[in-house]
Amino acid sequence: MCNRRLLCLGAAALACVIAFMTIGLRGNIGFVLSLRAAKLAALLQVSVSIAVSTVIFQTVTNNRILTPSIMGLDALYLFGQMLLVFMLGGLGYAALDSQLKFGGEVLVLMALATGLLLPMLRRRTDMELMLLAGIIFGVLFRSLHSLLARLVDPNDFAVAQGASFANFNNVRTDLLIFAAVLTLMGAVIAWRARHVLDVVALGADAATGLGVTWSKTVTGLLALVSALVAVSTALVGPVAFMGLLVAALAERLADTRRHAILIPAAISTAIIILVGGQTLFQHVFGNSSTLGVVIEFVGGLVFLFLLVLGSRK
Amino acid sequence: MIRIENVSLRHGSAEILHDISLTIPKGGITALIGPNGAGKSSLLSLIARLQPLQSGTISIDGFPVDTTPNRDLARIIAILRQDSIVASRLRVRELVGFSRFPHSRGRLTAEDRVVIDQSLQQFDLADLADRFIDTLSGGQRQRALVAMAFAQATDYLLLDEPLNNLDMYFARDLMRSLRRIADENGKTVVIVLHDINQAGAYADRIIAMKAGRIAADGSPAELLRPEILQAIFGFRMEVADMGGTPVVLHFR
Repeated sequence: MCNRRLLCLGAAALACVIAFMTIGLRGNIGFVLSLRAAKLAALLQVSVSIAVSTVIFQTVTNNRILTPSIMGLDALYLFGQMLLVFMLGGLGYAALDSQLKFGGEVLVLMALATGLLLPMLRRRTDMELMLLAGIIFGVLFRSLHSLLARLVDPNDFAVAQGASFANFNNVRTDLLIFAAVLTLMGAVIAWRARHVLDVVALGADAATGLGVTWSKTVTGLLALVSALVAVSTALVGPVAFMGLLVAALAERLADTRRHAILIPAAISTAIIILVGGQTLFQHVFGNSSTLGVVIEFVGGLVFLFLLVLGSRK
Repeated sequence: MIRIENVSLRHGSAEILHDISLTIPKGGITALIGPNGAGKSSLLSLIARLQPLQSGTISIDGFPVDTTPNRDLARIIAILRQDSIVASRLRVRELVGFSRFPHSRGRLTAEDRVVIDQSLQQFDLADLADRFIDTLSGGQRQRALVAMAFAQATDYLLLDEPLNNLDMYFARDLMRSLRRIADENGKTVVIVLHDINQAGAYADRIIAMKAGRIAADGSPAELLRPEILQAIFGFRMEVADMGGTPVVLHFR
């Protein structure tokens, strides 16, 4: 039964991809297709990295409300960008090799996020505390970010702004290959860990009893989550509620927490939302609004809904 | 054989366990009794490496619990904790199936399915196998958790107050099942019990703990005596003999 639902989701995701590539093809078809393919590749990577990172994060923290972005991970990334601009200046920043810079950023983000989150996850501190801590982390990094933004000169600020706020219409195709490798590796690792994730979902004690070395496993999973967050943030900028929306929808559509089903379901859901939504906005609504805003709006509503529902299950 | 040597445990200034040395031979049922806060659960979770050892050593069949790979230990020893919280969107069969993880790493083999089915049968869960855990009553959930520990098929089984939430019928049933696997399959069961009469009726050996120390250790007949019980629990209770089984009249 689960598999049939998963097949439906997968088929819908595929339909969205085909629609994205084919609707309204005009003019030099080869050129348009290559342009669209690059954008599609970026959207797919973002879908995979947001879906996988959120599902894993929720499993490790044992809640359905927290996502890496709500815990301030992407604020941390943006702060890092601004810090680089602040230290190197706009020109120095722009002169950095973008792939090398991205690689370094991913590593630093992984180290920092793991260092910050791990003490909290050691014994699965209660949810309220984690939520509060996450919000405070987010505020801290955002404030530091805007403090630095005030200190740099306007030209540097423009550089930082341009680097920080890509959106779904204007993805960073220069990072595609590098990010693709990371995303693919992340997805493969997550898939291979699907059974371990099922056991991790039972909690620290039960997982230890079943032979999972808790701290090692959780550290590895968190590093994976931070790498994936870095990928999606670098490609399209911060998306706070997208992961929440995807994970909540996927869990209800697939009606299971088994990761063998849930991970592909979440990826399909993310593709439907991102690629399908982008197609709709480009061809039906004529770019009258931006997809990012709508996703954040709906995702925010889901967040409130889950909070009100008290759904800590 | 579980060998515990000079194990102490502190949480800040509070001393939970004080220099415990104990040997639990292979086979049979060993019951841990004692007042609340005596350190029974802490000792159990140290044996099952759920908490890191602070001092002393614990080994199971010669494998030290702090250095043996976790995966190998999970095939020797299974534990059921007192406060097991379970993710809700799981069916009973799935939950019991998790116990096969140390053996098959998540891909259930035909043999795994046989063990799971046996365990479900054993604890009267066959009818509930496809129910979600969060729709079960407390006692049914407890049975599912015990079935899970059973299906891990380890030589050693540690149970922390497994009779919680169970009615008389299933409490007796569980104790009889434990007796059976100890006698027929040669399993070693270490069980924390609050019902002292269950311990008297089913255990081969009773270890009484008080304030982080071992207060008494012996067979039910040796241990269930008014003066010993008074020293452990702090009040006088009569012990009657019902056809060879000591019965403690602790409720009067």
